[in-house]
Amino acid sequence: MMNEMKQIKHHLTEPLLISYAAGTLPEAFNLVVATHISMCDECRAALAEYETVGGEVMLDAEPADIAEDALAATLAMIDSGTISERPAPVRTRDSLFPGPLQDYVNGDVDSLKWRKVGGGVSQLVLETSKEATVRLLRIPAGTAVPDHGHRGTELTLVLQGAFTDAEDRFGTGDLEVANEDLHHTPVAEAGEDCICLAATDAPLRFSGLLPRIAQRFVGI
Amino acid sequence: MTGDPMSGRGRNKPMFTEPDTLTIADAPPVFAAYNGAKAARQRSVETPKVNTEATTKRMAWVVQVTAVRDNQDRAAFAELFGYFAPRVKSFLMKSGASPDLAEECTQEVMATLWNKAHMFDPTKASVSTWIFTIARNRKIDILRKQRRPEPEDLPWGPEPEPDQVEVMGLQQETDKLGQALAALPDEQRKLIERAYFGELSHSEIAAETGLPLGTIKSRIRLALDRLRHTMK
Repeated sequence: MMNEMKQIKHHLTEPLLISYAAGTLPEAFNLVVATHISMCDECRAALAEYETVGGEVMLDAEPADIAEDALAATLAMIDSGTISERPAPVRTRDSLFPGPLQDYVNGDVDSLKWRKVGGGVSQLVLETSKEATVRLLRIPAGTAVPDHGHRGTELTLVLQGAFTDAEDRFGTGDLEVANEDLHHTPVAEAGEDCICLAATDAPLRFSGLLPRIAQRFVGI
Repeated sequence: MTGDPMSGRGRNKPMFTEPDTLTIADAPPVFAAYNGAKAARQRSVETPKVNTEATTKRMAWVVQVTAVRDNQDRAAFAELFGYFAPRVKSFLMKSGASPDLAEECTQEVMATLWNKAHMFDPTKASVSTWIFTIARNRKIDILRKQRRPEPEDLPWGPEPEPDQVEVMGLQQETDKLGQALAALPDEQRKLIERAYFGELSHSEIAAETGLPLGTIKSRIRLALDRLRHTMK
């Protein structure tokens, strides 16, 4: 685990950290961010910093008027015991999937209901709010994901193995942030299958005709 | 803190009988150490630019949360409520909540503060940061009605006897960050505020906001390093 962490080279960007700290990201992106932070101490510390900024921004805001009976109502709420908050997730067993991802995935790599999307690549779309989508991708070692561009932002977090594209090499724990400018063909490294968690806030655009037809069926 | 945080209700012995005159000197034993730390700092050669008054206020919040945790102290809770509830509500309204919804949500945030007081660790976050994260979480739950994926918890629950020098150091650094933010050029500060209020999308936030994070970086990273060391 310690060694795995030291290898992480590609981290969350400042806009992502601010947006996660502020609670303004789509659920699909939040899942990728929370999963990366579960693997990356560097970004865990960075998030704490951005949350501190959030606290200071809140303190600086012009205070709003509060209802006269607000304190009494809150104490009544406390007495009734109706308010609770779910504790943060923990990695319950030896799993490839960090805690936050386990909450979304029912099972482990080999027991999941993967669907083939062509070229040996399989995916599993996870259920989140509609503003963005997130899926697990399983790319056989040495295989390329069809060439695609993006209309919005795509986050790709490597959970196992590694892939390389025109930008760089992305190993376990690394996060690639792709936007409109990036047109890439990720290739999984030889060795073990590359398993990624990928979120996007707009449909990907595949260049070839065949993938585009496939896209209609699999809903990428 | 063991067991149900609500279990102490009924044996409510307010620690502060005069909330209006709450000062550090009135504080419970946790503050004996605070005073020691203050003395140590005054003796030390290092003289960081510390706003003593602001730090004292932040330390008082820590004492108040501790009093809520240990004694279900309603007077201390009222103090926290008076200061933070209007600011939490403001944050929620600026994030797009109607006044009514923001009011309801604010009360829930403050009730959550009471329930989660046993989780508060003043060596890892200041009270303002902690309340902000509770408000942020409630905003996602209630306003955005989304599931809220969170990072795995590290096995470093709050320490029963936090090192008061560390607690104090964190309050000072948080305050310095607050001052540094306030000192930013207007335009830049507004941009950061808009990002936190959700008026900018993540793709609209410039790659470099020039946030003055230097003051808090070291301490948070230090705490993590130490944790990793003890886990080895």
